[in-house]
Parts: sequence; C-alpha cells; structure tokens
Amino acid sequence: MPSAFKLFALAIGAVVLIALPFIADGIGMPAATTLATSMLIYGIAAASLNLALGYGGLVSFGHAAFLGLGGYVVGILYHHFVSGDPVFGWFAGTNQLIVSVPAAMLVCGLLAAAIGALSLRTSGVQFIMITLAFAQMLFFLFVSLKAYGGDDGLIIRRRNALPGLDTRDDTTFYFVCLAIAAVCWLLLQRFARSRFGVVLSGVRQSERRMAALGFTPYIYKLVAFIVSGMGTGLAGALLANHLRFVSPDTLHWTKSGELMVMVVLGGVGTLSGPWLGAAALVALEAILAAWSENWQIFLGLVLLVVVLLTRGGLDRLLRLLGRRSS
Amino acid sequence: MRRRDILLGSAAALATGTRAFAQTPVTIGMVTTLSGPGGYLGQDIRDGFKLVMDMEGGKLGGVPVQLVVEDDALKPGQGKQIADRLLKNDKVKLFTGIVFSNVAGAVVPDVVDAGAIYVSPNAGPSNLAGKECHKNYFVASWQNDNIHEAAGQAATNLGYKRAFILAPNYQAGKDSLAGFRRFFKGDIAGEIFTRLDQTDFAAEMAQIRAANPDVVFQFHPGGLGIAFLRQYQQAGLLGKIPMVVSEASIDNVILAALGDAALGIYVGSHWNTDFDNAANKAFVPAWQKAYGRPITTYSQQGYDTALLIASALKATGGKVNDTAAMRAALAKADFQSTRGAFKFGLNQHPIQDWYMLKVEKGDDGKPVLRTVQKILTNHTDAYAAQCKL
Amino acid sequence: MTLVFEQLLNGVQLGVMLFLLAAGLTLVFGIMGVINLAHGSLYMIGAYAGALVAAKTGSFLIAFPTALLAAAAAGMLMETMVIRRLYARDHLDQVLATFALILIFNELITITFGRQPLFVSVPPLLNGSIELVPGFRYPAYRLAIIVVGLLVGVGLYGLIQHTRVGMLVRAGATHRDMVRALGIDVRLLCTLVFGLGALLAGLAGVMAGPILAVQVGMGEQILIMTFVVVVIGGVGSIRGAFLGALIVGIVDTLLRAFMPSLLRQVMVGSEADALGAGLASMGVYLLMAIVLLVRPRGLFIHGQ
Repeated sequence: MPSAFKLFALAIGAVVLIALPFIADGIGMPAATTLATSMLIYGIAAASLNLALGYGGLVSFGHAAFLGLGGYVVGILYHHFVSGDPVFGWFAGTNQLIVSVPAAMLVCGLLAAAIGALSLRTSGVQFIMITLAFAQMLFFLFVSLKAYGGDDGLIIRRRNALPGLDTRDDTTFYFVCLAIAAVCWLLLQRFARSRFGVVLSGVRQSERRMAALGFTPYIYKLVAFIVSGMGTGLAGALLANHLRFVSPDTLHWTKSGELMVMVVLGGVGTLSGPWLGAAALVALEAILAAWSENWQIFLGLVLLVVVLLTRGGLDRLLRLLGRRSS
Repeated sequence: MRRRDILLGSAAALATGTRAFAQTPVTIGMVTTLSGPGGYLGQDIRDGFKLVMDMEGGKLGGVPVQLVVEDDALKPGQGKQIADRLLKNDKVKLFTGIVFSNVAGAVVPDVVDAGAIYVSPNAGPSNLAGKECHKNYFVASWQNDNIHEAAGQAATNLGYKRAFILAPNYQAGKDSLAGFRRFFKGDIAGEIFTRLDQTDFAAEMAQIRAANPDVVFQFHPGGLGIAFLRQYQQAGLLGKIPMVVSEASIDNVILAALGDAALGIYVGSHWNTDFDNAANKAFVPAWQKAYGRPITTYSQQGYDTALLIASALKATGGKVNDTAAMRAALAKADFQSTRGAFKFGLNQHPIQDWYMLKVEKGDDGKPVLRTVQKILTNHTDAYAAQCKL
Repeated sequence: MTLVFEQLLNGVQLGVMLFLLAAGLTLVFGIMGVINLAHGSLYMIGAYAGALVAAKTGSFLIAFPTALLAAAAAGMLMETMVIRRLYARDHLDQVLATFALILIFNELITITFGRQPLFVSVPPLLNGSIELVPGFRYPAYRLAIIVVGLLVGVGLYGLIQHTRVGMLVRAGATHRDMVRALGIDVRLLCTLVFGLGALLAGLAGVMAGPILAVQVGMGEQILIMTFVVVVIGGVGSIRGAFLGALIVGIVDTLLRAFMPSLLRQVMVGSEADALGAGLASMGVYLLMAIVLLVRPRGLFIHGQ
C-alpha cells in the first residue's frame, strides 16, 4: 500500500524537520540547523524549477537569473535602507522580510514574464540556450554594477526583520524557512493536481493534442515559467538573508546547472524529488568537502552513478524501497 | 588525501602522557580556495602557514595547533557553510585563509559576529575596511587598493607621463585602476576594462599599440595575468613599452614562464625574496627546502599570517577563548615580519612600507625580482579614517 | 584603419579557435542529440597533454600530435563509458552526467598536474611577428592559428561533403534510424565522430597553450561561448559552426575594442569604459537571443 507508506513517510519527515534544530543542539552539532536551512532554500528553488522543467517540459538553463535577482532585490533594498537614499531616487529601501520577499518575487515574476514571453517562441535545445543567454546577460550586468558591489557582492549586515521574531537567531530563521517551504510544498502539490497542472502536463506530452482540444499551450507554458521564476526568486531572497550576502556568483551559469542537477538527481516531474535532490546535493557538498581536499571527484562520481543507474533519481529509488517494505 | 591535516604538537608528550600540562591543541580554521583556476593561490597560503608550524614542530608560539583546511571552491556560499560548521560544531575561535574578496564578504561577518577572530592572509576588500570594520577582523596582508597605489607611485617615481591602464571589469579590477590613479601623477592615455572570463587580449594589445603610451599598468590576477603578459610579449610590446604592475600580477611562477622577455618590468610590492631581514632569510630557504617550487607572494602571506597568530598565541598562552586578550595580542603585531616593519592601523589593516622591484638577470642568468627602492613609507589605506573601533 | 584591420584579424583568430571547439560539439549535438558540457574538458586535456610533452621533450612538433591523440583517446573513452548510455535519455540526464564529468576531469587534472598553471613556449619558428603590409605587423603564432583553423575548416568540409563517412555523418544527423536500418554500425560511427570532435577540441587546446595559461577550469571558460556558436550556426551544421564562430569571434572582438570609445563620445571616461565593457560582454549573448528569436534553427540552416 504505497499511499499508507507515503503518509507514514510524510509524518516522519515532518517530525524530523521540526525536531531537527533541537536534535542538532542536543548532539553538539548546531551547524546542522544552518545546513538544513540551506537545503530548504535550495529545495524551494529546485521545486520551482521543477515546475517549469518537470511539469512544463521547459528546460531552463537560466534559473540562476531568478535566484540571483531575488537575492539582489533583498540586498539592494537593504543597501538603501542603511544608506538612507532612495532606490532609483524613487522609493525607500527596507529591512523588513515581509516587504523584501514579496518585492523579490514580484521583480522575478516580471523578469520571468519578459524572458518567458521571448524564449517560449523557441523550444528544445534553442530554449535551453536562450534562457542561458538571458541569464548570462544579467550576470554580466551585475558584475559591472559598481554601485552594488560588482563582483565583490553586497554584504547584508543584518538579516531582514520579521515583526515579533528574532530572525538573527539561526534556529528561528530555520523555522521561518521551514514554514515557507511547507507552504510551497502544499501549493505545488495542489498545483500538480489542479486543472492547470493537468493541462500543463498535457502540453508537455503533446502540444498539438492540447491545442486541438482548444487550449493555448503558449499561455500555459508562460504562466508556469512565471510562477517558476517567482518561486526561484523567493528562494533567492531567502538565500540572501541566510548567507547575509549576495554576489554575481548566484547568477553564474554553473548555478543554473546546479539547480538542474538537484532536480534531476531527485527526480524530474515528481513532487518530492527536487527537495530530495537539493538536500542530497547540499549534504554531499558539505560532507565530501570536509572529508577530502579532492572532494569534487567524489561528487562527480556519485552524480554519474546516480544518473546512469537510476532512471528517475532519488525519488524513484525511495519509491522502490517503499514498495518493498510494504 | 585527507582534508583534515591534523598536525598535533608535542607528540612525545602526548604519547607518554607524563606531562600534566600537555595542552589540548588550539584549532585554527583555514577556509581557502583549493580547486579551480585560483587553487594554487590557496595552496601556497596553506603551505606557507604550515611551514611555520612545521618549523616549530606542530606548534605556533609554543602552543600546539590543529589546522583544519577546507576548500571553499571560490563559492561564497560554500565558504560560509564551512565556517558555520567550524564555528558551531567544532567551536573554532580563530580563522584565516580566504583568498578571494567575494568569499571574504560572505564569511567574515559571520565569523566576527559569532565572537571569533578572523585574520586575513590575502583579501582586504574595501567593503570591510571602512565603516564595516570590526574589532575581531585583522588583515595581515594589505588593503586591496594598496598594491595598486604602490604601482601608481612607482610609475610616478619613474617619471612616466602617459599611462595606459587595464583591469578586468569587476570590483577588484575597478579598485585597482582607482588605486593606481590615486598615486600616479601623470595623464591616463587610455583605460580598458577587460572581461572577467576573457583569456584572449589581442584586441587590447592593438589598442595599446595605437595609443603608444609611456607606460602600461595592468592588473590581471592568476592565470589571466599570465595570459596577458605572454600575449604582451607575443605582440612585440614587451621591451618596447615599459610596464608597471602590482604584485598580484607577477611572481616567480610567472617569471619562470616568461624568461628573458620579462626583463625590465617594474613591480610595486610589499615584500620580495631579497629583503634583508632575519625573518625573510629564515623563510626563503625553508620554503625551498620544504616544497621546492617557486616561492610566491601567497607563500609569504601564509607564512606571515602564521607568524602573527603565533605571536598572539604566545602572548596569551593559547587561550583563544579569551577573545579580548587574543585581540589585544594580535593588535600589537609583536612579530618579525618577513617584509620588515609592520603594524596595524586604526582599522586593523597594515601600516607598512612599499617598494619598487624590477625584473633583472639573476646570477644564474635567469630573471629575478630585485628590489630597487622604497617608494612609500608607513603607508596606510584610504578607508582607515572611516573606521570607528 | 590598420587598427580596425588588426582587430578584424584578432576576431578571425578567436573565431577559428571557437570553430575548432564548436565543430565537435555541433556534430555530437546534431548526430547523437547529446548536450556535452564536458566538451571543454577535452580542450583542457589537449592543452595539458601538449604542455606536458612540450616540457619533457622541448619540442612543439612532438607535443602537437600527442595532444591530439590524447584528446581523441579521452573523447572515445568518454563516449564508450558514459555518453553512449545517454543517447536514449533526455537532455536533463545528459546535463547532469556531463556536469559530473567536468567535476571528475578537473579534479583528476588537479591531482595529476598540481594546481599551478603550466606554460608552453611559442615554437621558436613562430616567435615574433610578420609584416603583412608595410607598417603593419601581426604575431606569427596567431597567423599560424588562423591558417591551421582555416585548413581544418576546409578539410572537414571536404570530409563531410565528399566522402562516404561524411555522407553517413550527414545522414546520421537527420535520419538516424534510417542509417541504422541500412545496416550501418551507428555505434561505431558515433564513437568515431565523438573522437573526431575530441581531437579538434584537443587541437584548440594545444594551440591555446602558448597564448593562455594552461590551468584547471580553462574548458568551462570557453564552453559557453562555444555553445553560442553552435546555436547561432545551427545545430549539426559544420558550415554553420564555421560561419557562426567567425561571426561570434569578430563581433566579440570588435565590441570589446570599440564599444568603450563609442560610448566615450557621449559619456565621461571611466563610466563609459565600465559600461562599455559590460555591454561588450553581453554582446554575444544578445546576438544569440536575437538570432534564436528570428531564426530559431540557426542562421545557416535552410528550410525546416
């Protein structure tokens, strides 16, 4: 009975996630909490990318643009909050999470609308490359923006504030991210089962068929791309708060690649895959880097084995295990 | 190859267990760049640092030390994650190692806010030198602008009137040109920002030839600099139009590659292998003996940083948890630097002398860097005044 | 005027290097449908093999073929061990697997050769510059690169258009199953094509050695630019890769050379330089985006 197993796994997962900071403190490894925060944030980014990639079949090689831009919105608003001069001489900066995160999502949504509207005129390899092109342009733009630190990046001395909470405390910030991640999870789950999600999957499988049924594939793909960009922007905004730093590093094409790796590693087009993939990649990087100076070779080997041997990533692996145990 | 180089001191004492005061070793976290094109910089910093420990038998200032080296892969997020783990899980109180300014920007605020101390062996970005300076943040190398200011002063001293200047189009590149301009008294004949991922400079060579300046100043760190100098040589410009560079742009590795063609290049520098002081005379042969590869500025930075930390550990008896005492001891900078005179300024960045070096033929016929003259004395940086400590 | 001419030559030289890399990539892309991010690693292997042999023997003439062989061997090994298993997969699996290969190759090179960059000297014969027209000199080595690149271009064109193997390659790019049905060993064909692409990447690598620093990660620096060339020229087309590479090389070089001074006409010096450099960096990507919007299949692919 896979569904019982699924419920059981979800319950276990929820308990572990809530108890994690206390366990981490208890066993004298409090850094596990911040590591888990990274996993959650990258999980949000990967799950958002999966929306375009897995459900929409839109292989975007430029999602770092949204991750970086989301971070830069937070960084730039904070920068102006501290210096006191208005952004573009127009509105004041802020250090409030409740303002900066929606702002980041809005800006990323607009960017995604622009990039998507143009890019969706192509498909296949051309789509991969055109999304890459836009992300690269944004990368070079921020590298040459001296006012916002250029290549050195922007330091966000203090995390954005939330009324009634001390976000500077790592455990509190973990729970903030956990709550946001949980909301994302639920929304994505509902989305996948919604009429929109079903049509989108249909478009991925056969655009012509859906068009014949009276749907306009372009609109569905564009909306999916925009929502995906907004979600990744949300992750970027949280990441900037988590690291208290944003730099063009988050806009680089290798970051787009990393996000893709997370999704593929976990399982494309599945609900839990991207979260698993993000957690696995973040954990692998942390553990291998602490273990060996030449950690990248081991990371490469692990990724290679996973992609060659498991079709469908970690999600599928877990499902197989679940079926066996039940 | 295990990452954690556990260098335990006083092995004999630990083995016999007879000496009651055998201390638990002080852990020093070294977050540095070991992979990718910038990897050799971090490697030299690490090996320079380890050299001091080896010479003391695994100790620094008489205190046993455990050095934990981890690779940030030039990713700010990765660096932060490592520092966080060392801070929280391993309760490390003393950090060093970062090569690149963008990694420093992500890691240093975390380290100092957690009450630990960070001693920078290389990166001294302006965004941490002025208003954002911190009592727990020390820079043992230089403020980033300094090396270019020295090059500007060298060009001025040499009497050049028209300079052509180039650097990559990113923050450190822009800072370098600003630093050069600040101390160069002549005119700028042309200015080019190259691309960060650019490795072919043919277009720039043509521009330089067309402008025909008195002198060229360029700043291209690591492999970029090597490519630039080689192409400068291939374009037939080397030897025709003199070049002044900052010390990040030329070192003994690059010299070996350029050969005779490098003769005549001027460098503004805070240190050279031929400095006549006891510390340097101990360092240079020890490096050759231990590693046998060319000695670089980064080797010296790692070595000097270790000497500085050793002086503080000695003064406090290895009590790194007493941050105030460690801070006070570090601020005194009570060590014999391989560069000669050294003290900390208001923002805990160095106040030091800068020199002009020239590439000349050595005794064995191979080009070497010779010190020509001192060009700046007790030089501080442009941001110190903004720092309120 | 000579400045413009010199910059044009520089653009051609960059374009030729890009072509050598793009040729292999576009064939692999076109025939096998594989996105190979690790193509830059083959370039790096060529450069390292060349640097190693040149240092040991002191002879560029020996280093040159060794590098080609090393890169081709590495390429064919890569194809049989990993890439072959990816033909039936989607682009996502290919990206993940070849991304993993990049990590593995970079770290293997680090372990074998250390972290310090290596150097290759220009062959003595080509050291110096040649007076092309009176009063205008150009580095001999760069001229040699242009010549080699053009020769390879012509040779490849002949191979693809006028030989039996070339015919199979062309057929394989468009009608793979048909070729298989005709009893051709497609697996072998794929391995050979991959090896050829790797050989050309290795050629680019060994020729880049004396100009650039041979270092870990050098492949990734040029990889994205190569993809731009492939896409602009049209996936699977050698002719497209050649023309696309020249366009990208020349556009990139000219933008870099003249954009800041153009901007300086309307802005103050330092600001203009910074913005100009930023715009020049974005230039090729903007070009690619425009090409994809106007002609999604590339500039040099005709029909559907």
